[in-house]
Amino acid sequence: MELKVIGQNPIGATRVGPDSGPCRGSQDRANSLSEHIQRRIQDHPCYSEEAHHHFARMHVAVAPACNIQCHYCNRKYDCANESRPGVVSALLTPEQAVKKTLVVGAAIPQLSVLGIAGPGDPLANPERTFATFRELARKAPDLKLCVSTNGLALSQHVDELVKYNIGHVTITINCVDPNIGAKIYPWIFWNNRRIRGRKAAEILIEQQQRGLEMLVERGVLVKINSVMIPGVNDEHLKEVNRIVKQKGAFLHNIMPLIARPEHGTFYGIMGQREPSAEELRALQETCAGDMRVMRHCHQCRSDAVGLLGQDRSAEFGMNTVDSLKVDYEAAAARRAAVRVAIRQELEKQHAAKSNSTLVSFTPLRHPGAVATARPLLVALASKSGRLIDEHFGHAREFLVYEVSAAGVHFFGRRAADRYCAGLDSCGETETVLGKTIRALQGCEVLLCAKIGIEPWEKLESAGIQPNSEHALEPIEDAVTAVYQEWLASGRLAPLSASGQTRA
Amino acid sequence: MAVKIIASCVNCWACLPVCPAQAIYEAKPHFLVDASKCTECVGEYADPQCASICPVEGAILDSRGESINPPGSLTGIALEKMAEALAEIHAR
Repeated sequence: MELKVIGQNPIGATRVGPDSGPCRGSQDRANSLSEHIQRRIQDHPCYSEEAHHHFARMHVAVAPACNIQCHYCNRKYDCANESRPGVVSALLTPEQAVKKTLVVGAAIPQLSVLGIAGPGDPLANPERTFATFRELARKAPDLKLCVSTNGLALSQHVDELVKYNIGHVTITINCVDPNIGAKIYPWIFWNNRRIRGRKAAEILIEQQQRGLEMLVERGVLVKINSVMIPGVNDEHLKEVNRIVKQKGAFLHNIMPLIARPEHGTFYGIMGQREPSAEELRALQETCAGDMRVMRHCHQCRSDAVGLLGQDRSAEFGMNTVDSLKVDYEAAAARRAAVRVAIRQELEKQHAAKSNSTLVSFTPLRHPGAVATARPLLVALASKSGRLIDEHFGHAREFLVYEVSAAGVHFFGRRAADRYCAGLDSCGETETVLGKTIRALQGCEVLLCAKIGIEPWEKLESAGIQPNSEHALEPIEDAVTAVYQEWLASGRLAPLSASGQTRA
Repeated sequence: MAVKIIASCVNCWACLPVCPAQAIYEAKPHFLVDASKCTECVGEYADPQCASICPVEGAILDSRGESINPPGSLTGIALEKMAEALAEIHAR
């Protein structure tokens, strides 16, 4: 029996497994995208799980103003230690943003995407946003331009947007029901008035849906972001998923609410809880059957620079940017060469994967045991994204794979210190280890290159088996080997038969 | 007759483009209102535009010196809740 790796390979992968009702399982989620769309996103680190290991993105913070208030946002916040949407260190003018993009594009030739995502709403700052796009479309036409919006001002700017060769637009849609919206958005600024409550949510929802329809009509790829807020819109997001898919959005990115009292947000102060990793996973799982869902999203800052997960914004302060002289044409040529090399490398990897059987199961004593075995979630620490090559204690995030009879499939990522590196200043009370263990909820195995005794014991007592025997092995090989070992020892018997439960 | 932007302003720029009198300008440490230009939007809009989009409670005062968006009016966070959260954070 052959195990295929699913989800890491959006270009070459094929559908595996039958549909199983309205909430189809994990098997076919990777491949609901048409080839046409896959070609358009293959160099985009945010939209392609595979591309994000190779291509870099940057956000320029040119758009400070916002036209709505969300309960998970606090406009006062600006912290160098934090990494989450809406947080920036310095606001840029459009001229500075263009210069910075060109400098970064020379220093990091993997740069393929330039996005404007805030810290306010890009379309509440149309002059600044469009001035940036206009110049970049001229000076660096190879870069993909993206914009992320709350959607309130979207419909009035769609025609301007499509002028700049905007390939992708993200709309944050948290609800399609104004009664739910009233619990998320206290007010909007619309037609020269501050409007509150249900009425505000009604207008916002109407504008978001209209914007989505207009973009799809014009052939622009639309991604929907949703923030999962337990008890507010968690169940409702299934309905949102159904509607945005029907209207032609190509991706639905369901992200966990970030709400801590120290952020000063309404939800943070009122004690609204964040979803657990397991709750998020379950919702993404439910929605994935209907639509491709992003699992490698890092919830970046609005001025992030570099590969996902490796924010280099600190290297490109405006003083540095201003002092550098850049040969723009040489930089563009270098980007083009790097892009070709990356694509070739990826094609080679695809060819290698499709030509080799990743693993064969040894025949089992009981025929049918494989088919009825339950799936296993394996978390792993990887620096390279290819090998098990990270020390447990050094890992800032863990990759999670689901392995079952249908194959090995990338499941998502779990952050180890997701929100804040400034533990002292932010006064975290929970230990980093405790937080990490909580983030790994649902996983039964943790693969890493090395691990200390204390974390080993804590993980074990939390029901997560640490394992460093597969150090430096390729991820898929290691995950597959663990699955076979668990299968052979009978630990993956169906839940009903063995009475085992998953955390 | 003019509104006033005070120190709690976070320089988010939202007010500047919506002012019909171009009375608001960027300054350090925070945006300011040119009192000779500001009309408080009387005769043009029902409410001063800057104060209708400002996300920060208490950052804009009317000509009598009173907050146009008093504490709790925008975020919906009750004062005692805010005080409680701050006390809890500072006690850590």
